[in-house]
Amino acid sequence: MQSSRELAVLAQEFRIPIIEMLTEAKSGHPGGSLSMIDLLTALWFGEMKGVDSAKSLDADRDHFILSKGHGVPALYAILAKKGFIEEKELMTLRKTGSRLQGHPDRVRLPIVEASTGSLGQGLSVAQGMAMGLKLDGKKGRVFCVLGDGEIQEGQVWEAALSAPKFGLSNLCAILDANGGQIDGPVSEVMPLEPLKQKWESFGWKVVEIDGHNMDAILGAYAEFRKHHDSGAKQPFFILARTVKGKGVSFMENQIGWHGVVPKPEERDRAIGEIKTKLAEMKGGK
Amino acid sequence: MSKSTRQAFGESLAQWGEKKKSIVVLDADLAKSTKSEIFAKKYPERFYEMGISEMNMIGAAAGLAFTGKLPFLCSFGCFLTGRYDTIRLSVAYSGANVRLVGTHAGVGIGDDGHSQMGLEDISLMRALPTMGVFQPMDARETELVMDYLCEKWTGPAYLRLTRQNLPALFPMTEKVGAKWEPTKITKLKDATSGKKKVVVFASGAGTAEAAKAAELVESTGASFALYNVHCLKPFDDAGTIAAVKGADLVLTVEDHSVIGGLGSCVAETLAGLDHHPKLVKIGVQDKFGESGEPDELYDLHGISAKKIAETTKKLLG
Repeated sequence: MQSSRELAVLAQEFRIPIIEMLTEAKSGHPGGSLSMIDLLTALWFGEMKGVDSAKSLDADRDHFILSKGHGVPALYAILAKKGFIEEKELMTLRKTGSRLQGHPDRVRLPIVEASTGSLGQGLSVAQGMAMGLKLDGKKGRVFCVLGDGEIQEGQVWEAALSAPKFGLSNLCAILDANGGQIDGPVSEVMPLEPLKQKWESFGWKVVEIDGHNMDAILGAYAEFRKHHDSGAKQPFFILARTVKGKGVSFMENQIGWHGVVPKPEERDRAIGEIKTKLAEMKGGK
Repeated sequence: MSKSTRQAFGESLAQWGEKKKSIVVLDADLAKSTKSEIFAKKYPERFYEMGISEMNMIGAAAGLAFTGKLPFLCSFGCFLTGRYDTIRLSVAYSGANVRLVGTHAGVGIGDDGHSQMGLEDISLMRALPTMGVFQPMDARETELVMDYLCEKWTGPAYLRLTRQNLPALFPMTEKVGAKWEPTKITKLKDATSGKKKVVVFASGAGTAEAAKAAELVESTGASFALYNVHCLKPFDDAGTIAAVKGADLVLTVEDHSVIGGLGSCVAETLAGLDHHPKLVKIGVQDKFGESGEPDELYDLHGISAKKIAETTKKLLG
């Protein structure tokens, strides 16, 4: 397994293809892709079992569902590194005939385990998978990433209510709480706090972390692993506080970058910044 | 023998639970009404009571399907298909091998009224790519459709069932020597030669009314050639076109909205022909349901045997 520092570097590297593919596609969602790339990198390269490459998927593997489907460029960058898709295919994002649909599509690209994009549906599907795995006595766990704006959808709370009933300790929901949505800050559009207490009161085991601190992210996943192995009955919830557009100074916390992509000169500036930081991370301390 | 198609479904599902261990069943606090409770009692470990949360039930069923299960999820047709976007994305677009079972079809449920009646469910489900749509006419046909849905069909399918008992009509197919096929229309009665030929397509509870109407009409100068349509999607275009040959009039009979239901299926098929006989769609005419006695509601909406016969007489002058 890679070290925390290596994973932080890898996540930073993924910011480059995310920016590149979105610029090439001329549409998409940079803000919410960048906010969760640290969480996803830690998950796919540091925690999930049995997904090392397209050739080594095994029956007891872990599963991943991206409920906030609009952030899918982050997932595509990871899948390319893992070999599930080709690096050059990233530049076909959103183009006619591409497997890389604007939102996840499990029929065209089966490693994407649920078709999502209409918000609020992924946690129910993840729950169903967790139920099926549990029924079969399989070891695999199901991870599901949601956006904070997304959980304004009522269906999410139906799933929040039912996953504890079925004792799904093999289910881990991860909230990419970047605080922004299309019409403005989440706190203004439709306030969600207190998030930790809400999920706890529904019967979930909740941990709250800084979603850009690799040690904290890995720590939360390790805690989930222990929780699952201990025979606990509760589903697990990671409340990850993140920054929308993280890693590109002019995008950070700017709602405008939710669904607007960089122009070529903005791409170059963004990638320049990312690379400068990367050099610091690799060279430093 | 008279039996509701939901009861026949519940019994068949419990039998299939024995034969096919991948079957899991989900219900949203209506297991007593949808008859999924028969399975629940027999196989509690494979039954999930999801509470009054249909959207979550639909998504969870998709997830179960992705782990290799064959989920049957049950509720009233209107409640289930009312959660359209979840069915559209999590089930249909995802190609999830899920069986959506909607009971309490049509105004035939009677006194519970408008909010409980599935009246647009076929229209909604037909519009979704990959979705099969099935509606049996009686208990025996429900078993046959269930066999097909458990053994052969892959991908999502919607099964529409009645609350009320329906007479056993299946012997009619044997009488005319018709072969039952899973996705084809089935002949129940030939028209008497020498009379005006009215080709009638009926589905679900509508078939029983059409069969009774056929007897009433027989004493006039007209005669019904009656076909049952249990598979609304994929629709049997070829069988339908062959059936209307020589017809003086075509009728469709359904306890469902004529917008998007059986009437639309037949209209869409006939519209592809250079010439075709006149088609009149009997069913709920762009209206909501209401409370009342089922028989009275069938009269009100023109779906009862008596009203079908009257309509036929009027149309043929």
